[in-house]
Amino acid sequence: MYTPELLELIKKVEATRPERIKKAQKGEHFPRMSYEEGGEVLHRFHPDYKKGSKRKLGLGPNEGDLVPNEVADILEARSIIDPGSIDLDNIDYDVDVLVIGAGGAGDAAALTAGEMGAKVLVVTKLRHGDSNTMMAEGGIQAASKPQDSPARHYLDTMGGGHFTNDPDLLEALTMDAPGAIAFLEDLGLMLDKDEDGTLRTLHGGGTSRKRMHSAGDMSGAEIMRTLRDEVRNRPEIEVVEFSPAIELLLDDKGRCAGAILKNLETEQLLVVRAKTTIIATGGFGRLHIQGFPTTNHYGATADGLVLAYRAGCGLRYMDASQFHPTGVIFPEQNVGLLITEKVRGAGTQLVNIDGEQFVYPLEPRDVESSAIIRECFERKNGIETPTGRLGVWLDSPMIEILQGEGTIQRDFPAKHRQFMRHDIDISKLPMLIFPTLHYQNGGVKINPDSETEIPNLYAAGETTGGIHGRNRLMGNSLLDIIVFGRRAGKNSAARSREVKPGKLSLEHARKYNKELEKKGLGDGLTSPMILPDYAGKIA
Amino acid sequence: MNKERKVAKKKGKEKEEKVKQEKASPKPEESKKEAAPQQEPKGEFIPIYFMGKKYMVPATVTIMKAIEYAGYRFIRGCGCRGGICGACGTVYRLPGSYKINVGLACQTVIEPDMYLTQIPFFPANKARYDIDEEKADISTILDKYPEIARCVSCNTCTKACPQDLEVMDYVQAALQGNIERAAKLSFECIMCGLCASRCPAEIVQYNIGILCRRLYSKHMMKKAQHLSDRLKEIDEGKFDGDMEKMKKMGTEELEKAYAERDIEPV
Ligand code: SF4
Ligand code: SF4
Ligand code: FES
Repeated sequence: MYTPELLELIKKVEATRPERIKKAQKGEHFPRMSYEEGGEVLHRFHPDYKKGSKRKLGLGPNEGDLVPNEVADILEARSIIDPGSIDLDNIDYDVDVLVIGAGGAGDAAALTAGEMGAKVLVVTKLRHGDSNTMMAEGGIQAASKPQDSPARHYLDTMGGGHFTNDPDLLEALTMDAPGAIAFLEDLGLMLDKDEDGTLRTLHGGGTSRKRMHSAGDMSGAEIMRTLRDEVRNRPEIEVVEFSPAIELLLDDKGRCAGAILKNLETEQLLVVRAKTTIIATGGFGRLHIQGFPTTNHYGATADGLVLAYRAGCGLRYMDASQFHPTGVIFPEQNVGLLITEKVRGAGTQLVNIDGEQFVYPLEPRDVESSAIIRECFERKNGIETPTGRLGVWLDSPMIEILQGEGTIQRDFPAKHRQFMRHDIDISKLPMLIFPTLHYQNGGVKINPDSETEIPNLYAAGETTGGIHGRNRLMGNSLLDIIVFGRRAGKNSAARSREVKPGKLSLEHARKYNKELEKKGLGDGLTSPMILPDYAGKIA
Repeated sequence: MNKERKVAKKKGKEKEEKVKQEKASPKPEESKKEAAPQQEPKGEFIPIYFMGKKYMVPATVTIMKAIEYAGYRFIRGCGCRGGICGACGTVYRLPGSYKINVGLACQTVIEPDMYLTQIPFFPANKARYDIDEEKADISTILDKYPEIARCVSCNTCTKACPQDLEVMDYVQAALQGNIERAAKLSFECIMCGLCASRCPAEIVQYNIGILCRRLYSKHMMKKAQHLSDRLKEIDEGKFDGDMEKMKKMGTEELEKAYAERDIEPV
C-alpha cells in the first residue's frame, strides 16, 4: 500500500480529477508538442543525449561509432571460448536452419521455415518462450481498417522514428502488417474482436489512426504462448533450451555455417552445422544502460549482437535506446515493470505533485519520457518514493470514469492483479511511474529479406536496427517480430536448399581477439554476457 | 537448477565474465538517484531457508530477489521477473503450518522462516495437433487429453493458481465441451504449471487451456472481414502507388506531411 505521505499527495490528484475529466469528455486535451518543441525537450532531457554515457567503438565494422558504454563493453570483449580448444569436425547437430533465440521472432521464423520443408533447430538460453515478446502488453499495429492504409502507418512510424527509419524495411513492415495479423488470427490467437469479427483497435503513442490490435493486456503473452504451442506441434522443429549460442561458426568461404552452443547446466560445448542461421536473440535491457531499471526479461543481454558483430556484421543506430515513459517506481518490488501505453490510450493522464497535467499523454515515447524527466528534475514537480526514486502520477482511475466502472479489471487484468498483490487498487488509486529502459532501437543491419551482411546469416526482431529508426512506436515491435521473423524464416529456408556449408571455422573469433590485443582493448573481458549477475545484490 | 556462485564449480572464465559485468553496469554518481538498478538493502533482515539452507535476507523483497541476494545466479526458474512468463514456480512451507504453498518467486514477498525451493521443471504432456483440422468440441478435448475425465473436482488447481484463475471451472467447462467458457476462463493463464504439479488426477490444465483458446479463436470467433478485404487490396497493389510516393519523399516533405496528418478522434 502507499505510505501515508503518498496517500496525502494522492488527494491533490483527486482534487483536480473532476475538472480534467470534464475537459477530456469535451475532447479538450493538453496540447501536443510541435515537432520543434519535441526536439528541444529530447535534446535537453533524453538519456541518449547525456554526456559521458557513450564512447567510440574501438574495432570492428562500426569502429568509431558512438555507442553506450555498456554496449562498447560487450563488443570490445574477447570470445568466451578459446577458438583452438574445440574440435569442429565433431558435429552435434546438422540442420538446414538454425534459429538462435526462442522468443516471438525466433518462433515465427522457425514456423515459417518449417512450413517450407526445412529441418529447423531452435536454441535458447532460457526456456522456450522466455523473452520480451512474452512481456509486451499493449498490442500490435497494422493498417487493417478501411480508414487506414499502410502508407499512413509508414508516415506515423517515420515521424515517431524522427525520419531516420530505413524506407525499404519500413515498407516491408507496414505492407506486411495486415498479413501478420491474419497469420496470428489463423493460428487461433484470441484477438480482441467484436461479435461480428471486427478487430478492436485503439490508438498508441504517435498513431494517426486507431490501429493497435490486442489480446487483453497480454497481447505479447498470447502471441508467445500460441507460437510456442504451434512450434511444439511441429515435428520438423527441434527446440533446445538452456543452451545459448556463444559464437557463430563461419565456413572457409566466410559464410555463416552454424554456431557453438553451451549447455548451461553441464557446461558442455556443442557444434551446430547449419546451412543458414537466424539471429533472433532480442535486445539489451539487462545491460542496464546508464544504470536504468528495465522492463526487459532476464535474458535480454544482447548476445546475438555480440556474435554478429564479431562475425563482421555492421550495426546501426546503436546509440539510440528507448526508455518507456511509464515504468513502475512503486512499490519497490515492481520497479521497472512496464505499464502499457494502452493505459494512456484509454484516457489516463500524467500529472505532477500538484495534480496538474504537464504533457500530452500520447506523445512519441522518447518525447513523453523526456517530458517526465524534465518535470521531475528541472521543474522539480516529481513525487519522491520512500526509497528516494522520483516520478509522476499516472492517473488510472480516470479510465473507470471515462470508460465505465470495471474497465480496468476487464481490459487490464494483469496490471490490476500485479498491484493488488501489494494492496493497491489501480482502479481507485493512481500509479507512480518514471521512464525505464525498454527497447534497443538499433541493432544488426538487415535488408528487407532479413539478410545481414554475412552470407547465410539472417536476423529478425529487436536485435536488428533500422526498421524503427531512432525511436520505435508502440505496437511496432510485436509487428516487427512477426513480419521479419517470417521473412527470415522464409528466405533462410529457401536459401538453405542451395547451400553446402564448407569447412567450419572460428577464425573470425581468433582474429577479433588478436585485434583487441593489438589495440589494447577489452581488458581481457569476455562476452556474450548470457545472463546478468545479480548474485549477492538486490536487483 | 540454480548454481551457487560461491561454490567453486565455475571456471576462471566465469570470473572474467563477472568482472566484465561489474564494469558493464557502472553507477555514475549523478545518475544514481534517478535510475540506480540496485538499491542498497536497508532495514530489517529475516531468515529464509532455501533448499534447506538458512540465509539472512532483506525483509521486504520477493523470493526471487532473496535467492539472488543469498548468492545464487539463476539459470532455470527465472524469466520475465514480472509475473507473466510462468518460469518461476516455487513451493514453500511456513512455520507452524502443515500446508504446502505454491507461488511465483518473482511475485511472492518473503516471510520469516519460509522454507522453500523452486520447481525448475515439471514434466507435462503436450498433445500434438493440427489446429486447422480439429473440431471445437468435446471430441477433440477427449482425444487429446483423455485424462481430463479423471478430474475429481477437488479444486486443488484453483487453490494453487497464482493468477487466481478458476482453474477447476475451466477444466470442467472443457470436459463439458464448453470450449468458449474454457477459453475465456483460462485466458490469463501464464502456464506456470503449478496447478499440474498439485493435481491428483495428473491433468495438465494449462495445455487444455491453450487448446481451448486456440479452438475457440480459430473455429468459433468470426473472422475479421475487413482484414481479408485489406489483404486482397494489398495483393491487388492498391497501396503501391501511395507507398512509392511516400518512400520518395525527402525528410522535409515527410516532416510536413507528418505535421499535417489528420488524427482519428480518440
Ligand atoms: S486439481 Fe486436478 S482433479 Fe482437482 S479439480 Fe483440478 S483438475 Fe480436477
Ligand atoms: S492455470 Fe495453472 S498454469 Fe495457468 S496460471 Fe494458473 S496455476 Fe499456472
Ligand atoms: S519470472 Fe516470469 S513469472 Fe516469475
